[in-house]
Amino acid sequence: MAPTSALDMPDMPSGKLPPHLELQRTRVICAADAAAHTESIQYSGAYALSRIDNSLRLREFCDNFRVEVFSLNEDDIEFDMIGIDAAIANAFRRILIAEVPTMAIEKVFVANNTSVIQEEVLAHRLGLVPLKVDPRLFEYKSESDLANEKNTIVLKLDVVCSRQDGRIKNATVKSEQLQWLPNGSEYQIEKTSKTYTSFSCSQETLPALKDNPIASRYPDIILAKLRPGQCIELEAHAVKGMGKTHAKWSPVATARYRMLPEVALLENIRDSLAEELVEKCPVNVFDIEDLSRGRKKAVVARPRDCTLCRECVLGDGWDKRVQIRRVKEHFIFSVESTGALPPDVLFLESVKILEEKCQRLLVELS
Amino acid sequence: MDGGMAPPPPEPVSYLCGDCGADNSLKPGDVIQCRECGYRILYKKRTRRIVQYEAR
Repeated sequence: MAPTSALDMPDMPSGKLPPHLELQRTRVICAADAAAHTESIQYSGAYALSRIDNSLRLREFCDNFRVEVFSLNEDDIEFDMIGIDAAIANAFRRILIAEVPTMAIEKVFVANNTSVIQEEVLAHRLGLVPLKVDPRLFEYKSESDLANEKNTIVLKLDVVCSRQDGRIKNATVKSEQLQWLPNGSEYQIEKTSKTYTSFSCSQETLPALKDNPIASRYPDIILAKLRPGQCIELEAHAVKGMGKTHAKWSPVATARYRMLPEVALLENIRDSLAEELVEKCPVNVFDIEDLSRGRKKAVVARPRDCTLCRECVLGDGWDKRVQIRRVKEHFIFSVESTGALPPDVLFLESVKILEEKCQRLLVELS
Repeated sequence: MDGGMAPPPPEPVSYLCGDCGADNSLKPGDVIQCRECGYRILYKKRTRRIVQYEAR
């Protein structure tokens, strides 16, 4: 927007910000060289001279806040979160990546391994396998805790590669061969009669685990390769943890957001210029509208597809015709789950975690 | 006689042939030679003692 001279501004405050300030408050202007007005204006007295109260009010927030789900399936969700500050949107993203817990293999007990893959490497690979189990059914296990049915999942891997009728059996060890042991470890600690876990009951007695047994989320992750005569025999113990401890506990493959792109045509773009504009955009944001008498006009048809490549504002005089902006308080969230929980549930978990943090802060302060 | 019990019968130990990889069970006093290919170098197998690793 062109700067307005102070002489042209209306004399009396009308209860609304002048349009150029409103634009600076609500949009990031993406000029050809750099983005402008990227900050969000928090200070309640920021517009005191225009007699505008800029304080945040809960009632206003509740009236304006909206969530619109764009697409949702087993693994992915894309939704718009409208009317929230970037700081809070970013808090959700960071909590999703680092603080929503899942279950992952943490200890590997190797009884035998004659394959070429080193046990340290195999253990690391096993740790990264996503497990299909609701972490809310389990408790955290501290270093001093005994492994019991509430904090540990035991998985067994027992494969022998052999030649059978001229074919090699078990040449590739896949994650589907990880077998859940609901009764706990089968290995005895040396010189004792105890095993590595002390389960007081079978995990299968939990109603939530009875109908969907614990396994890898994907059956075809390659863990190791074997030749005839080689074998791997081990137990893997999975515990609850958070992504900030190790990325294997992160429940999301990606959790990201972008601000809603907005493309404004500052003047009517017609005929050959309209065609040039459609040509310029690599992601096809613009369309041509046919007017009467064979004339054409450019329209912004798909602003959501805009990648802010700025192709449309580069070139002779184009920055006077087109302006690309981002809507400040409108976030397009995209969350891809690794399979422990559906992506919509993951997001709600992140909201709960932020709520808990706020509660803790309030308790500390009062 | 000597006051002690008779020693338990020696348990056969399984070895791997260094040439063909076949399993060979040997008792003390047996000839150290692969039953499949006659190779004279045999290897002891790995113990089944549990080794613990951290998956990180």
